[in-house]
Amino acid sequence: MNKKDPDLLLFHAPLLRQGMTTPKAMRDVIYALLPATAASIWFFGLSALLLLGASIAGAVLAEWLFDNGQRRGESLRDATAVLTGLLLGLTLPPGLPMWMAFLGGFVGVSLGKVIWGGLGHNLFNPALLGRAFLQATFPIAMTTWVVNSYGGEFTSVYASSLALPFMQSGIDSVTAATPLGMLKFDQEVTPLANLMFGKINGSLGETSGVLLLLGGIYLWLRRDLDWRIPVSILLTVVLFSAVLSLVDAARYPTPLFSVFSGGLLLGAIYMATDPVTSPVTPRGAWIFGIGVGVLVMLIRVFGGLPEGVMYAILLMNAATPLIDRYTQPRVFGRGADSP
Amino acid sequence: MKPLSLLRHSFEHGVHPAHHKAQTEDLPIQRVPFVKDYVMPLGQHIGVPSRAVVVAGERVRRGQIIAEPGGFVSTALHSPVTGTIREVGNFRGADGRFAPAIAIEADPFATQQVDAGAAQDWESLSLEKFIEAVQMAGIVGLGGAAFPSHVKLSVPDGVRIRHLLVNGAECEPYLTNDHRLMVERPDALLDGAEIVRQKLGAEETIIGVESNKPDAIEIIRRHIQPGQPVRVVPLKVKYPQGAEKMMIKSVFGKEVPAGQLPRDVEVNVNNVGTIVAIADYFLRGLPLIERVLTVAGPGVTYPANLVVPLGTPVREVVRFCGGLKGESREIIMGGPMMGRPIASLDVPVLKGCSGVLVFTEAETARRKEYPCISCGRCLEACPYFLNPSRLARLSRARMYDAMKAYHVFDCVECGCCTFACPSSIPIVQLIRTAKDDLTHRKEPEE
Repeated sequence: MNKKDPDLLLFHAPLLRQGMTTPKAMRDVIYALLPATAASIWFFGLSALLLLGASIAGAVLAEWLFDNGQRRGESLRDATAVLTGLLLGLTLPPGLPMWMAFLGGFVGVSLGKVIWGGLGHNLFNPALLGRAFLQATFPIAMTTWVVNSYGGEFTSVYASSLALPFMQSGIDSVTAATPLGMLKFDQEVTPLANLMFGKINGSLGETSGVLLLLGGIYLWLRRDLDWRIPVSILLTVVLFSAVLSLVDAARYPTPLFSVFSGGLLLGAIYMATDPVTSPVTPRGAWIFGIGVGVLVMLIRVFGGLPEGVMYAILLMNAATPLIDRYTQPRVFGRGADSP
Repeated sequence: MKPLSLLRHSFEHGVHPAHHKAQTEDLPIQRVPFVKDYVMPLGQHIGVPSRAVVVAGERVRRGQIIAEPGGFVSTALHSPVTGTIREVGNFRGADGRFAPAIAIEADPFATQQVDAGAAQDWESLSLEKFIEAVQMAGIVGLGGAAFPSHVKLSVPDGVRIRHLLVNGAECEPYLTNDHRLMVERPDALLDGAEIVRQKLGAEETIIGVESNKPDAIEIIRRHIQPGQPVRVVPLKVKYPQGAEKMMIKSVFGKEVPAGQLPRDVEVNVNNVGTIVAIADYFLRGLPLIERVLTVAGPGVTYPANLVVPLGTPVREVVRFCGGLKGESREIIMGGPMMGRPIASLDVPVLKGCSGVLVFTEAETARRKEYPCISCGRCLEACPYFLNPSRLARLSRARMYDAMKAYHVFDCVECGCCTFACPSSIPIVQLIRTAKDDLTHRKEPEE
């Protein structure tokens, strides 16, 4: 051979890789959320857009500020900060002041992810940690629900949205209760069709059950989520409320009401399935899902709060390392054991 | 056992890499011409290296023994050409290390006629003599592992083999050498299988072939003699279908217990190439001096299936195929999932070399690595149901001892986990590092 030999690389097999990458999987979740996000903006007007923008900005700023990588901003490219901000925004009441949403996003990423060591190392779902922080610090603002205008007042912005930091502006909009609140405190049941198609009050992302389900199907088709988690959560909730309605149909919610009300679909499909904070083993995923479902129902029915998805998921997040440890798969050619 | 997985003849988990076989699957096996220089490493099989029985300057004939077994788990080596021993010394091997080898210079005027015995009366050989003959024929597993075949065929007293399983899965992408062998030499394959089956006293021969090779399945079926206890079983196309324990699971629905061998479930597994080599030795007197391999990959000018004399430098094999394209970046010996990269074109073709694959920038570009997000794709890929995610984390933390509790030594390094990882974590490579450390580490003395 006259030519010089090429300098050969010595990368070890396997050289072949499948096409999915972690940033692609994260972006898929964002795409899956887009229809529900668009619907919430339509329902609650430009305020919703501003609120989502604020929580995403807070999350992105924290990621950028505390990035310890070689190049600042490098870790933003995996899209997880945007996803955290978006998910947090979707759990917030539409009339929440923007600065609070911004703070929530900032706290969610910094305390929920960065201090643990960044992507892949956190114990709790960052978006839900941010929400728990807001719930603890601003309990009134976090439980004030403006009325869903169903697209009617698209261009108007709630005055509370633009409130300056640490200044309480009076609530000027008409407020109302969420379906879960109405059930818990007024024993009033919302029609199912309203729940499914968003003719209800509540946080941004919980108003469009059907669109959330469609996004979940997209993620399942793309193999981006562990189907066991949403399936086990929803089945548990359905079973739990079916039993309760048998006991007293007037007092307790029907199974379908339980599924489509509150943040259950958003939590079960998009938050409990966060791979980092949910078990990695298949059996663990079932246990995790059943645990979330049971806690959601316990908090909703017997607790002091109308909604319990956030605390249910955070509690099960804490149990995840333990679940993983005791649910190792049975190795080929071996009996059941766990290290 | 799920009835569904039995119907489809498959194991659970595994991955589906693109086949990339269209490039070569219809190309008939060609013979490469003899070249000038050959190098035969003494350790080209698993086990003890062979012991050279020739010295520099000695003339050897093609097929003549040049090294004898160095122990029980070792085989003989034969000269791939008629020529002169140039040197018995150390040469750089495929892994970059210097290792003992015999260099042979071919005689350009020799006829290269194989000068070995003729067909053998294998039927009258005792089992002991038969196994010794396989060892002296230099036959090893030609699927890639190069484990001495006579060791596999030596069944301890009291163990019964009921099924001879012939492995024609060829689940590695790009490779088509076994496929071509099945299509072109079905009679040799069936004859070899019959010899082994009778010697083992097995009831039945089962030839497992992935269903993406319908022509091979059809041709073998057509050549089965009436009354011959042979079945061809089409298997689901899935990697690693050709891993012997997976194939046993696919065909029989049985799991070989961890730490045990196929014979513990009354099965003996051999690659189609090995079976043909056994037929060639007992029916034609041809020891293992050449093998079929696939030259493919985007960096090769003319991909091909070739019969290559052992010891031929990869450089000559690639030259026969029109040389490397300019953008070639890496050469793999074997398949892309489990093969080994070579550092130099001067590395010789060995007994275990089922392919020479040339990859370009597109396949070798480094993908950015992300932290493990515990997505579980590796758990769903691992055919052994290990937890590669946990193993990789422990290996990164150098907690090698803790990995034993997660059965790190059950890993066969098929690479499914690394293939499946969206964060591009070199999982199987990390596991290999740990296994190597656990195997070779010397504890500091107190």
